[in-house]
Amino acid sequence: MMKNRVGTIIGCLLILVWCLLPVAWIISLSFKSEAAITNGSPGFFPADGGGAGWDNYVAVWDNEQFRRAIFNSIGISLIATLLSVIVATLAAYAIARLEFRGKKAVLTIALAIAMFPVVSLVGPLFDMWRAIGLYDTWPGLIIPYMSFTLPLAIWTLSAFFREIPWELEQAAQVDGATSWQAFRKVIVPLAAPGVFTAAILTFFFAWNDFVFGISLTSTENARPIPASLSFFVGADPFNRPASLLAAGAVIATIPIIVIVLIFQRKIVAGLTSGAVKG
Amino acid sequence: MSAVAAPAKRRSGMSERARAENRLGQKLVAPAIVLMLLVTAFPMLRAIYLSTFDYALTAPEERQFIGLSNYLTALTDPLFWQTTGVTVLYMVVTVTIELVIGFIFAMVMHRVVFARGVIRTSILVPYGIITVVSGFAWQFAFSFQNGFVNGWLPFVGDDFNWFGQTGSAVVAIMVSEIWKTTPFMSLLLLAGLAQVSDDMIEAAKVDGATWTQRLTKVILPNMRAAIMVAVLFRALDAYRIFDNIFVMTSGAVRTESISFLTYRQTIEQFQLGMGSALSVLLFLSVLVVAFLIVRLFRVDLAQARQG
Repeated sequence: MMKNRVGTIIGCLLILVWCLLPVAWIISLSFKSEAAITNGSPGFFPADGGGAGWDNYVAVWDNEQFRRAIFNSIGISLIATLLSVIVATLAAYAIARLEFRGKKAVLTIALAIAMFPVVSLVGPLFDMWRAIGLYDTWPGLIIPYMSFTLPLAIWTLSAFFREIPWELEQAAQVDGATSWQAFRKVIVPLAAPGVFTAAILTFFFAWNDFVFGISLTSTENARPIPASLSFFVGADPFNRPASLLAAGAVIATIPIIVIVLIFQRKIVAGLTSGAVKG
Repeated sequence: MSAVAAPAKRRSGMSERARAENRLGQKLVAPAIVLMLLVTAFPMLRAIYLSTFDYALTAPEERQFIGLSNYLTALTDPLFWQTTGVTVLYMVVTVTIELVIGFIFAMVMHRVVFARGVIRTSILVPYGIITVVSGFAWQFAFSFQNGFVNGWLPFVGDDFNWFGQTGSAVVAIMVSEIWKTTPFMSLLLLAGLAQVSDDMIEAAKVDGATWTQRLTKVILPNMRAAIMVAVLFRALDAYRIFDNIFVMTSGAVRTESISFLTYRQTIEQFQLGMGSALSVLLFLSVLVVAFLIVRLFRVDLAQARQG
């Protein structure tokens, strides 16, 4: 028992170092001055006299395109997540619970799309979106994000739904509830932890996307943050304003931390203890 | 439900009940199907169509039909096989390491009683961080001008350039990839771990099973669906590795993946015909990978209802 506890504590420390060290590094980097970066300043922390205070953050935040990109990313990712999870929940319920023709086809299509190399869609999509006026707009990114997060959401949710004790649903129906009532009153609360997990996966996919972001936008109208950061860098990968970029990266990470904190509680409540075991 | 529907099905088509279930099921999946096909089916078909042309965006009027020549050119070019090899290497190494570390993390998170919130919040941080940002963070960390890695590693000289040759550059890219995606693995595995009943583990313990036996005979078999989903999605994702390479090396020193090669042909060199052919080849090779994984784990999602 004692051995177990020590192991768990060591494991926890390992996880914390793993997760937070590179984050600490990029924060530290964001406080190095531009001069220090140009001259070379190896080491984890800024050297004496090589610090920049908040200068890098001020410089980045003053950049109108950067602010727009943050706004675009938050809006686009949230809308795509909400819509995708609703659609995926319906589909996953049907796959886990109902017998119907075409179930195999659904799973095959989902698998094919989950596998589809995004890069190869970019050329044709570029043409299509320009033709119907979706190029460089929010919906122009929301639609592909939904399409590409649906497979993961459906798979995750149907894996969850299959583990739910569905006898409860039948019990409710025996007690006089309709199918819809049994679904809404019994199953939805049981399924909520899975739905939140799917929502997190979906949101992070949308927030992360790079390929669509650089290909389907041209201005700050819809350009999301990863694309904006890479353009901020310029074309030469060997001569980057490292500290400025680090400041931008830290700002771009703040919304993630906020959202992680909000969702995290729901996960802790449901994910591990299981809905029924309590 | 199925006990009622099954005999009826055998005799006179479907019962009223089964027909209603059929209709409801199809209605529930319809929106998902429409959305998924909208953005993929047409562009996919168009990519197949375009792959049969010699077609550059810079000279659209010179477009001409050349059949399967693009495929022949690609498949006989050593560059194609070299990038495919590197891509497979990225996939196998990262997914294997992620699976092991991810499972350890999941076990720790499953057990921990104190500071649960802190652990779970921090595990979500690398996952939430943009891949581009992770790529920057590690590129700068490995940089000999401004990074800390050379100073921390005793067996590496202070002026060692990680991005100077293939081997070390591939390692740096893998580190960024593994750091960022292990939490994804561990979250999915944690969800699977939570579904393994404690009673079963306890019963095995009472029957005298060792820790290893409990792990291999009770925990892992009961987590098979979760492991399969995690490995499948991560492997396919890793096979399409793009962002980290774009940010960290731009494909220099032979670190280029097949996605990156495709991107270069299509977007940077405007070779839409050859780019489309590469896209189709990329898709086919991804299909093979997926098939192998599904076979390996022998899980049929549609049949899992009985399981």
